[in-house]
Amino acid sequence: MGSSHLRPWTAMAIRARLGFVILLSLFFSATLSTALYEDQVGLADWHHKYIGKVKHAVFHTQKTGRKRVVVSTEENVVASLDLRTGFIFWRNVLGKNDHIDQVDIALGKYVVTLSSGGSILRAWNLPDGQMIWESTLPVSTLSKSSLYVLANMNVGKDNLILVFGGSSIHALSSMDGQIVWRKELSIDSLEIQQIFQPHDSDIINAVGFVGSSEFVVYQISYRTGEVMQQSKASFESGFCGEASLVFDNLVVALDASKSSLVSISFKNEVINFHQINLSDLVPDFSGKVTLLPLKFNGMLAIEIASSILLLRVKGANELEFVEKISHPFAFSDALPLSKEQQAFAILQHDESKIHFKVKSDNDLRNEILKETIQMDSQRGNIEKVFINNYIRTDRTHGFRFLVVMEDHSLLLIQQGEIVWSREDGLASIVDSTTSELPVEKEGVSVAEVEHNLFEWLKGHLLKLKGTLMLASPDEVAAIQAIRLKSSEKNKMTRDHNGFRKLIIVLTRAGKVLALHTGDGRVVWSVLLPALRRSETCGNPFALRVYQWQVPHHHAMHENPSVLVVGRCGHGFDAPGIFSIVDSYTGKVQNSLILEHSVSHIMPLPLTDSTEQRLHLIIDAKLQAHLYPKNSDSLKHFFNEMPNIYWYSVEVEKNKIKGYSLESKAELDTAEEYVFQAKELWSIIFPSESEKIAVTATRKMNEIVHTQAKVVADQDVMYKYVSKNILFVATVAPKAAGEIGSATPEEALLYAYLIDTVSGRILHRVCHQGAQGPVHAVVSENWVVYHYFNLRAHRYEMSVIEIYDQSRADNKDVWKLVLGKHNLTAPVSLYSRPDVMVKSQSYFFTHSVKSMAVTATAKGITSKQLLIGTIGDQVLALDKRFLDPRRSVNPTQSEKEEGIIPLTDSLPIVPQSYITHSLQVEGLRSMVTIPAKLESTTLVFSYGVDLFFTRIAPSRTYDSLTEDFSYALLLITIVVLVAAIFVTWALSEKKELKEKWR
Amino acid sequence: MGSSRGRSLVLFTLSTLLLVSIAGGFQSDELLQDDEEFGLEGGRPAADPALSTPTRPPIRRRPDPDLLSGSPDSKSVQFSLEHQFGGSGFFPAGTFTARLKSWSHGGQTLTKLRFSRNALTEEEKGAFERLLKEDGYYTIRVPSNVLTAPGRDFVVSSVRARCIPRESLDEHFIIHTDGVNIVAVNYGSAGACQYPRMLKYPAKWSFTSFTVLKNSEQAPRTPTFAEELLAGEDGLGEGVKPPEKSFWAKYWMYLIPLVFIVLNAMTQAMNMPEEQTAGQSTQAQRAPSTTVRRR
Repeated sequence: MGSSHLRPWTAMAIRARLGFVILLSLFFSATLSTALYEDQVGLADWHHKYIGKVKHAVFHTQKTGRKRVVVSTEENVVASLDLRTGFIFWRNVLGKNDHIDQVDIALGKYVVTLSSGGSILRAWNLPDGQMIWESTLPVSTLSKSSLYVLANMNVGKDNLILVFGGSSIHALSSMDGQIVWRKELSIDSLEIQQIFQPHDSDIINAVGFVGSSEFVVYQISYRTGEVMQQSKASFESGFCGEASLVFDNLVVALDASKSSLVSISFKNEVINFHQINLSDLVPDFSGKVTLLPLKFNGMLAIEIASSILLLRVKGANELEFVEKISHPFAFSDALPLSKEQQAFAILQHDESKIHFKVKSDNDLRNEILKETIQMDSQRGNIEKVFINNYIRTDRTHGFRFLVVMEDHSLLLIQQGEIVWSREDGLASIVDSTTSELPVEKEGVSVAEVEHNLFEWLKGHLLKLKGTLMLASPDEVAAIQAIRLKSSEKNKMTRDHNGFRKLIIVLTRAGKVLALHTGDGRVVWSVLLPALRRSETCGNPFALRVYQWQVPHHHAMHENPSVLVVGRCGHGFDAPGIFSIVDSYTGKVQNSLILEHSVSHIMPLPLTDSTEQRLHLIIDAKLQAHLYPKNSDSLKHFFNEMPNIYWYSVEVEKNKIKGYSLESKAELDTAEEYVFQAKELWSIIFPSESEKIAVTATRKMNEIVHTQAKVVADQDVMYKYVSKNILFVATVAPKAAGEIGSATPEEALLYAYLIDTVSGRILHRVCHQGAQGPVHAVVSENWVVYHYFNLRAHRYEMSVIEIYDQSRADNKDVWKLVLGKHNLTAPVSLYSRPDVMVKSQSYFFTHSVKSMAVTATAKGITSKQLLIGTIGDQVLALDKRFLDPRRSVNPTQSEKEEGIIPLTDSLPIVPQSYITHSLQVEGLRSMVTIPAKLESTTLVFSYGVDLFFTRIAPSRTYDSLTEDFSYALLLITIVVLVAAIFVTWALSEKKELKEKWR
Repeated sequence: MGSSRGRSLVLFTLSTLLLVSIAGGFQSDELLQDDEEFGLEGGRPAADPALSTPTRPPIRRRPDPDLLSGSPDSKSVQFSLEHQFGGSGFFPAGTFTARLKSWSHGGQTLTKLRFSRNALTEEEKGAFERLLKEDGYYTIRVPSNVLTAPGRDFVVSSVRARCIPRESLDEHFIIHTDGVNIVAVNYGSAGACQYPRMLKYPAKWSFTSFTVLKNSEQAPRTPTFAEELLAGEDGLGEGVKPPEKSFWAKYWMYLIPLVFIVLNAMTQAMNMPEEQTAGQSTQAQRAPSTTVRRR
């Protein structure tokens, strides 16, 4: 009896508990997760994969299976691409300093890469890119190492891979990477040039130079590495180190003066030198010769006075002139067509055309293949070509060309057509900025592909079915397709929420590309002529991109434009490059090489009457140059000149210096736009105990919404919101190396907050036992920095918040209401600051690649830190976790304020990865762009890959979600209205009946 | 014996006092020493500021006993302050004196900083006035290392000259040190600097100096609480537990409709009798009309 009484109670209790759990989980999901559902992937984000500029390529087309090409790139990527489409089968991104030296295929199933200066050899499985083995070789770093995979000696048996560099040769088994033998040829200063294997023999030949005048040939046993034979001879005029193997017994080298060729023939321990007279071939020859690497039997390519000569070597003493080629050009390596026949390709640029020629050694005068294609001029010149052959339907040889262009793009050309192309310059983005899209004009609909009413209704009906869980799997798929295809996000006009923008990126190749935020497609691209190699500028490189003109009020009819700044050469005193590009069309409006150098670029918060932003460029001689150079900008500039300050961080000298501009007494017409700097302050870190590790500042365009922070007990704290805060972290020089190189006692980390106008150190704190790498981000009145704590053996993140005490007496609400406060009074940074600092440290599990903070239009939304983790993902961490006021037991009022109880480490919630399941390989930087919608931030992160998404740190409180069913709302309204009418009619009827009763 | 000795002591002290007082009449710094003995913080130079000879320092702090005794683990160091008026070079402007204390673990720290300012010469005064007029920068510098010989680096700091004048020329130094190194010197007015800066001349052309020596703070150790961590492991997301709410905060959404319903019911209950009467009256009214119709 008793039990039966109890049962309903327990059932109720269970139900209540269940309800509580559901409620609780709902609450948690509301507070914590900003994660996506599976079907939301790709709605607001896109991810593009790249590989970078290709250095080496090996084709794998022998078998009937997938045709592929294995490439290694300058971004340390080894990848396998589909030869038919250019898609990536697999790719592996090696470490930052693990540069790939060479790539090859061994045993027909392994991709072998030699990297890190010839010290690491790895084998990857060809079909899927899994690593099979890795071996580390003890190689002296001074010499360049090369890889030689022996051709299939005995099929089925274990083949050897030879790695040679300096005076040592390593032979490794291609099955498991074990070192089979190792030969240290006991001669100092030996540089092995080539290793080769004469046909069907057990002997390997190694040729090289000892010092500058001796030539050595070794014959080494393939099985054991024993030196069978060794011969040496010296040449009195010496060698410069360049050599080319022409035949199995003939090497052509350059002599020490680089003005003549020497052919070296060797056979059975006899070495003969022959000086080759070039004047027979080139009548008016003078100057220097360069030997070009052309791995082709019996052929030689030399460069004399900027023209290239192809020569055929007939004997030790005889050269025959074949062809003369002019710049720009590219050669391919030799491609064996059959046992006796070889072929190679020559590509030549002729304005916008490229001529392809394939020659075989049977007939060097004529070509096997001759094609011409039209090339987009925005791709620049050809840099590299790799050649591959196939058998055509008529059983002749056909050729494919894998071409690397000046803008780092990769193209496959076959039958005179571009089969596919990859924009791989985007793997090396240097800097980025954004531009608004044009406003949609009336009558000019950019996206004509709008659905008709029926389509629209059908779509919404489908959605309605989806929300009511009535849809079949097919319909669900259809809904997903509709959502992903939504043309709305790819329009070329400005949208109401500010989600659609152009991201303008500058790549290392000097190319500027505009990407649409909707799907990441390239809207336009331009290879800047000023950033291309030329006679006036031999080694240009791109520095930064800035917004130059953003029309708001005055110049509405003009397109916005961006400023690209570069430098000619790597020295700080190299002349600068200055280019202005239209943001909508990519047209170069203005381009010039500056007379001065560029060491610092300062966009000023001033614009001239055509809304061109004023920029101050500081050169290496500390002169400030004002741009744009017109009298109007000068007028605006003079008004603000006494309030312009800047600073420079001299990392090598361990100094930070602050400057202002010297007021100009008399105006010199020629130097009208040039101003002298005046040093105002300096901070010198003692070089024996501190070394600058990182500096960080607030973003120029960051907006702070509230200056005051209301703390728990109805108290107000004023944020110290100065745009001129500089965060500097210094580490002890002993602990500047890798983690583990210093003891905790030696390691120190100092954190500074510096005002860059007056040079005041606002706060200085020392972390014992902490060391770099340090990453920092500054926003509003706080800074968060990440470092390694040697004592705790963990990474740590610290936060410093800085508050202004001088305004602390403005607490009276009545004063604020009546306007009797001094909050609007101008503040001078020369006043002695009265600041209060709060800080706290937390453990953090991950090491960090880069850090950023979200930015919104008005700064109301709470902030999130974006952390680029070592796994190339982006983690969004709420700033609330990094609040210095967190305590173990927060008081009731603090709890109400939303202070989280103190924990010693920061939580990593798997749902808060904004990259969800994707990886932004080689992540370098994250850029946050405010959308017009206050709740939303656009995040663009780049490395080798590009990833774009939009996040809402406090969820989208100011808009309905995209999949909000308007149809459901409409139907509900219609039903309600109908119901009202029906009930009204019914009640009328009833009343009438009542009356008739 | 004892009394005679005491007497001689008194005599000796009296005579020295006399000597001191006489000498004091001639030497200004002795007097100032007295001045400072009474703890006149930021005491102003008694000498006429127009005097071209450098006056003795307005020293802020009391003399340090071990400055006189010269204890082995600390020694006195001096370094000079130099200033610049606009474009011209740097000129000596004063001297800082500090104690360099050596610690057993090998570190050295600067303590007990004192500063003596040279008085402004007529020429310097003119330069300062010009600086005030053109709203220029008054720049100072001190060596970045207090020990090493010349050829050393200097840390520089500047302020708009118009920020300094108040009653006298009020200045404030914050010297950030790291052992024997000076990382930075922050120089500025003693209080706020108004903006826009007005041209204003000081009543007294002498400096009133305030100096502060700052070493870096130690960051607090990261809190570690393993036991709480263990305890927290079973409750997922302990760190973000919602604050405990009051009864009203929890159940208001149920309570308000309840109150409405109750109110509604009450008003209905109140109206019920009225309505009944009203209904009766209408029926009563209607009834005759129907009767009329039926007729």
